[in-house]
Amino acid sequence: MNIAVLTIGYIFLAPLIGGLLDGIDRKISARMQRRVGPPLLQPFYDVIKLLKKQVITVSSAQTFCLLSYLFLMVLTGTMFFAGWDILMCFFVMSTAATFLYFAAVVTSSAYATVGGNRELVQMMAYEPAVLLTCVGFYLAEGTFSVGTIAQSRLSNILFLPGFFVAFVFILTIKMRKSPFENSTSHHMQQEQVKGLTTEMGAQNLALFQVAEWYENVFLMGVVGLFFVNENPSSYIVAGVVILLVYFLEILIDNSSARMKMDDMLRITWLVTLFTAGVNLLVLMLVKLF
Amino acid sequence: MAVIPFLIIFPFIVGAILFCIRKNRVRRGFAYVCSTVIIGAVFVLLAEWLAAGAQVMTFYYDTHAADMVILAGEILLMLLVIVQSIRYHKYWVMLLSIIPTCMMVYLELAGPKVEEVGKIYVDHLSVLMALIIGVIGGLIVIYGAGYMHGYHQHHKEVRDRRYYFFMIIFCFLGAMFGFVFSESLMWIDFFWEVTSVCSFLLIGYTQDETAINNSFRALWMNLFGGVFLALGIWYFAYTEGSVSLHTLVTNGSHGDSLAMIPVAFIAFAALTKAAQLPFSTWLIGAMVAPTPSSALLHSATMVKAGIYVLFRLAPAMTENPIGFMISFVGGFTFLLTSFMAIAQSDGKKVLAFSTISNLGLMVACAGMGRPETVWAGVFLMIFHAISKSLLFQDVGATENALHSRDIEDMHGLINILPRLAVFMLIGIAGMFLAPFGMLIAKWSAFKASIDTGNILMVFFIAFGSATTSFYWTKWMGKLISFSHVGEHKFKDITKRNELISLTIHAVMMVLLCMLFPLLSTVYVDPLLREMFGISTQVLPLSLLFMLVFVILFVFAVPFLAYLYVRNYRRNVKLSYMNGINVGDNKYFTDSFGDHKRLWLSNYYFHNMIGARKLMEPGQLFMTAFLIVMLVVIIGGVVA
Repeated sequence: MNIAVLTIGYIFLAPLIGGLLDGIDRKISARMQRRVGPPLLQPFYDVIKLLKKQVITVSSAQTFCLLSYLFLMVLTGTMFFAGWDILMCFFVMSTAATFLYFAAVVTSSAYATVGGNRELVQMMAYEPAVLLTCVGFYLAEGTFSVGTIAQSRLSNILFLPGFFVAFVFILTIKMRKSPFENSTSHHMQQEQVKGLTTEMGAQNLALFQVAEWYENVFLMGVVGLFFVNENPSSYIVAGVVILLVYFLEILIDNSSARMKMDDMLRITWLVTLFTAGVNLLVLMLVKLF
Repeated sequence: MAVIPFLIIFPFIVGAILFCIRKNRVRRGFAYVCSTVIIGAVFVLLAEWLAAGAQVMTFYYDTHAADMVILAGEILLMLLVIVQSIRYHKYWVMLLSIIPTCMMVYLELAGPKVEEVGKIYVDHLSVLMALIIGVIGGLIVIYGAGYMHGYHQHHKEVRDRRYYFFMIIFCFLGAMFGFVFSESLMWIDFFWEVTSVCSFLLIGYTQDETAINNSFRALWMNLFGGVFLALGIWYFAYTEGSVSLHTLVTNGSHGDSLAMIPVAFIAFAALTKAAQLPFSTWLIGAMVAPTPSSALLHSATMVKAGIYVLFRLAPAMTENPIGFMISFVGGFTFLLTSFMAIAQSDGKKVLAFSTISNLGLMVACAGMGRPETVWAGVFLMIFHAISKSLLFQDVGATENALHSRDIEDMHGLINILPRLAVFMLIGIAGMFLAPFGMLIAKWSAFKASIDTGNILMVFFIAFGSATTSFYWTKWMGKLISFSHVGEHKFKDITKRNELISLTIHAVMMVLLCMLFPLLSTVYVDPLLREMFGISTQVLPLSLLFMLVFVILFVFAVPFLAYLYVRNYRRNVKLSYMNGINVGDNKYFTDSFGDHKRLWLSNYYFHNMIGARKLMEPGQLFMTAFLIVMLVVIIGGVVA
């Protein structure tokens, strides 16, 4: 019952929540930059307008790729909220991300291809941390099943602080926040124009946007998974932490400049190795003795 | 089951006949018929074995005559190696053949009395191997007939010795069948040497200097493994009076310390055949051989002989130093060579590095020696065999049409050679995307390494799968772009027989993906029960259902998206190029006002992670590691 509510809730509400979070993001960012900022619902206005526009595209295959990206992303989140295997969720997510990459390079546009290639490097950078996060949950709870992990006696953050740090670190990459927005820049005037999304317009850009909202809600769900336990009140804690993490991402975004791609790769892997690695070692040793 | 000796002997006879037929068309027809017969025979074997209850069977206890034939064959092989090494002035290589052959001859004629065992052993694993060898081998022969025609058309400098080429391919098939069905280690040793020599002869096919050098590198590395194999057999025969593979495994799995040294030596030999570090360079060099032999020997079957031996030995490697040695070498190779694959732009080289990398994962699975890991390893083997064979054949066909196998030149292949590009996309998707089997196998290997507390493997897999996805995805991206060179037309000269083989491979790939849960319960679980004596459900039932759902969904989404988009009206415009496009997306105006072609390229990170940077340190490290581990293992037994 509970699962059905969550699953259906995700499918229908995730874009609303994602869009709202996006609106908050833009509002807070604006305030940090001493601007007034757009209305809270601006992201929705944008998407609705994009959907109404005439479809202009460089490649006719792009819509196909983006639709696949969107639906696989929805599947990822649905599997997660239905309490399925978390490792499988991330596998499907990487298949979805592959379709996003296709949507960029299928145009053969110079800027979109640069962005697409960088997106691939980003995927390579965050994947170990993602896989190790799953390992962390498995070690703590003895299962990959999200449903069981969420019903644990104690919140998993107690066992997995290192994994949490690694995951929040790569969240900056996944959410395309500075200093790691290598594949899509925030501003048109930068060297790669808009990178990955340069050639996406109208309906295609709207598809991309909605998929990103689904993705963000899913990622925030994973953040929450570190905190929830069998006690319902833990969900409130999880909610607060999610909002804090989201604020942290906005803060990082507004206070840092973009990093070079190979530095990003190196730093991410080092952080992953160090935080998740140490945590993993401790957990395994505890298990052994 | 007369079909087993038939499978072993028939290809050798066919090889001899093919050598004598010098008319291309006649030879081609004959090769088709024979490869179809072989494929048929493999299915007859499967049917007979299933009808007999699908259980372990041993045959042929009294085989004195056959033993003598094999001994003669072994001596013949040695003579062949001697002649070749004198001819090309690589005198020291012959030592690696003389030593093990003399040991085997001595053991056979003057050695200790060994227990009588059935020489042929049939179980789930050997039938599976036979299916892979027969079906993929047969298809590659069909493909090869067309490919070699195109090959000799645009490689005029290479002497046309197709009769020789097909002879060796068939001899190799016979040897592989012999290898997987043999129970006697003496027989295994012989067939092992035959495959090494076949590989050597095929790599040297073009007879230019690089080919000769590379073929000798492959020869000495494989023969070096053969020396260890012979040492292991020799030791086992003298200490325990047996040359039976299964006696060895049973003794080893019961912790018999006398079995430790032979298991370690034979496992070490398997590392050379599976091209693990430090022996990886021979497989890279082997890519100079014509593509059918790369597909058959150096990816789909021969290197799997090493994996097969390790699977057999797996129960004897559970949580002991040998298992640690093997799984560490495998895991390390998996990670390091997947880095090196990123830095390659030659399509065949990428395939070679990824083959080594995937073999590394299988080796690691075998080395961990648990039912779950062997389960994962078996699936990796099945899927890898099919999709790599498909990819190699496809790259070969593409090279014949495009006159290049560089991935950068495949930019926009979907527009230039659409059929081949689609096959290539299917093959690549099979290598790493959800929900294809490779990924499920990786899932299981990952879980098992956590369960066994193998922290190093967890890291190897986590980082290795990230790098693996990177080099495959960027290749796929190349294929689906617009062509740089749209004005230049390439003719798809792929022959019908090549297409038949490619299509069957692609269909098998997709079918296996769908039937995967079934295959697991019906075939692979009994295989594990035979191997470990315990019944394990590796994938929980809930996960299986989930998988089916994901598979259906992931196939359905792109398909429905395609249907939806197909009749969609849209306005196609030029791409954004700062307003300096010249009429189309291919040219722009440069700072001198000239027209310049837009050229898009992938990331390779040559300077950071190229083979030149990583290969030698990796080899050194692994050599040191192997020496230390072997000393520890031998010391542990002797002390």
